[in-house]
Amino acid sequence: MLKSRHLLGIADLEPDEIGLILDTADAMTEIAARPIKKVPTLRGRTVVNLFFEPSTRTRTSFEVAEKRLSADTLSIAIAQSSVTKGETLLDTVRNLEAMAPDMIVMRHASSGAPYLLARLCRSAIINAGDGMHEHPTQALLDAFTIREHKKRLDGLKIAIVGDLLHSRVLRSNVQLLNKMGAAVWACAPATLMPTDLARFGVRPTTSIDEAVEGADVIMMLRIQHERMHGHFIPSTREYFTTFGLTPARAARAKPDVIIMHPGPMNRGVEIDSDVADGPFSVILEQVANGVAVRMAVLYLLAGHEAQAD
Amino acid sequence: MKLLLKGGRVVDPASNRDGEFDMLIDDGRVAKIGKALSADGAEVLALQSGWIIAPGLIDIHVHLREPGQEHKETVATGTASAVAGGFTGVACMPNTDPINDHPGITELILKKAEAAGLARVYPIGAVSIGSRGEQLSELAAQKAAGCVAFTDDGRPVANALLMRRALEYAGMLGIPVVDHCEDPALKGDGVAHEGFVAARLGLRGIPGVAESIMVERDIALAEMTGGAFHVAHMSARQSIRAVRAAKERGLTHVTCEVAPHHFVLTDESLETPIRYDTNVKMNPPLREAADRDAMLDGIADGTVDVIATDHAPHHADEKLVEFDRAPFGIVGLETCVPLVFDRLVHAGRIGVKRAVELLSVNPARVFRLPGGSLAEGSVADVTILAPDTRVSIRAAQLRSKSKNTPFDGWELRGAVAATIVGGRVVYRNYDETR
Repeated sequence: MLKSRHLLGIADLEPDEIGLILDTADAMTEIAARPIKKVPTLRGRTVVNLFFEPSTRTRTSFEVAEKRLSADTLSIAIAQSSVTKGETLLDTVRNLEAMAPDMIVMRHASSGAPYLLARLCRSAIINAGDGMHEHPTQALLDAFTIREHKKRLDGLKIAIVGDLLHSRVLRSNVQLLNKMGAAVWACAPATLMPTDLARFGVRPTTSIDEAVEGADVIMMLRIQHERMHGHFIPSTREYFTTFGLTPARAARAKPDVIIMHPGPMNRGVEIDSDVADGPFSVILEQVANGVAVRMAVLYLLAGHEAQAD
Repeated sequence: MKLLLKGGRVVDPASNRDGEFDMLIDDGRVAKIGKALSADGAEVLALQSGWIIAPGLIDIHVHLREPGQEHKETVATGTASAVAGGFTGVACMPNTDPINDHPGITELILKKAEAAGLARVYPIGAVSIGSRGEQLSELAAQKAAGCVAFTDDGRPVANALLMRRALEYAGMLGIPVVDHCEDPALKGDGVAHEGFVAARLGLRGIPGVAESIMVERDIALAEMTGGAFHVAHMSARQSIRAVRAAKERGLTHVTCEVAPHHFVLTDESLETPIRYDTNVKMNPPLREAADRDAMLDGIADGTVDVIATDHAPHHADEKLVEFDRAPFGIVGLETCVPLVFDRLVHAGRIGVKRAVELLSVNPARVFRLPGGSLAEGSVADVTILAPDTRVSIRAAQLRSKSKNTPFDGWELRGAVAATIVGGRVVYRNYDETR
């Protein structure tokens, strides 16, 4: 049983709740192996996927998870630029709520947007990524993938390399991995490190060699091409030569290292194709596991709702 | 019309008076201060023991929003809020719509203020036309119309040459230039103080140095030109350090103000009690504990001249949005006195005399306004304070048209008992304070 009826961030989860989600996801993977990949668990429940930011992977992953649980789903993509001011977020959601959905899965460019909804709306809110803040289901599916390979999380050395400053994946993953006892090394150019990075509970470094040395897991984060515009990096070419994950660098890690990436990948910018497509890469497994983990989250939160009724 | 304030402690730093006295007001002026004055036909206002008779408080950083943004505030509602907060005078910022860069707008504001008949209103004119930072406004004409200072508040004067000319020209007119000190490039699209809390919450940061680098530049220009320069709403410890150094060099024409939220709150308020509360979003942002402590030190050691609220009303609909989309600012007129007494005076950081200097004497001095004094013969702008009365801040009960305060529900010690402008009682809170 989860304590909250929402999933807003890893910050709100206790280690035993994380364990429960991962164990439940284990059971869910079995459904994907069946010829008929559908169970009636969420029959009659309505889930709205509300995406204010473009997303292929996360949105389809949630949709597949919802359909496999027999929920009625509705996906809405709303293009929202910072200049156009239309209906407010709250009005949009309240209009949707008039149609009595049970859960709202939301992706939004503003950090904290799901907290606004959780405070002022009726539905259970699942955060599918809010600005630079959190992306809890990504961290959960990453943990699930690591656990599948390593059979544990505690005591592992995990290197996270890339644009740490703008990354919600970093923020969720660091909290989750810390709660579960892993040691996280965080590597980025000085310009792309969040303020007081060490206080996040990581070992900060600007050397990718140091970060990946002896690592059990290497997690690469995407570098957006337009980052040169804020003077964060001189060029993607220089970024790749200084911080990119090449086969030679990957070889510094443990022999059984797994290499992860939340996508979308920029080949030749943060990661060499030989690594991305190589034997240590679990990038596509992450995508497959995403469905099982999101099924687990939907299932557990729906149980919460049932309890509350 | 005569009014006798009976009992109470007169605190008038300008005439070095602090003691139990009665005050007789006649024809809008302070007629007499003495022991056991007889009523002699005057209306008597009996004060409770411990109440303070102070020169009228003046807030030199207020957004009245009129003309153009009357859904947030008007001159009438803003001055109602002012007198309820104990302020007999407010200086209003020019970032209205249109920007106050023209005597016509100054005159409009003054006309509205006269019609409202509550607090005195001192318009501040824009430094540049449209506050666009390109061409000086007609500063002499604005002075003639009634402007008491110039600023492009809301925006910094980014161009150093424009700031230099403004200081020279306004200096010639004997009027201070107020700068919202902020380097636009360093601020970028930041929405919160650049520190660990914002990093954790994924909010884009505004470093303290974005402010102090501009404070340092403006101090250098003030030193060069001799023009009076006033730092608006200071928030960063580096800025306090810069102003302190300037004062130590003898630059008496460099002055600064701090808003109550910057000496009371820190960026921790972004997380508790409500995560991403847009009522703690203001510019400059709430900074970290070291900055808050630097404000307290600056207030105690005399570096800070003025406490000003940066009263920035916004409609509830505008604040009920995602954090990074919400406008900056909170209302402050009605929470200032309780915060000053509770957090500064009762906390033992400053005495009552210093509080009166920060809220009345110095604002009048910095902007060269009448007031700040209770000497016999001076205009009877008086604030009566009940320093030990407990108040519960209730956002819904604020007189301001907007309710955007982070202090809703706070219990504080220190209240306004009455506000007197030109000898007329324009606000009285006796029932609640008894």
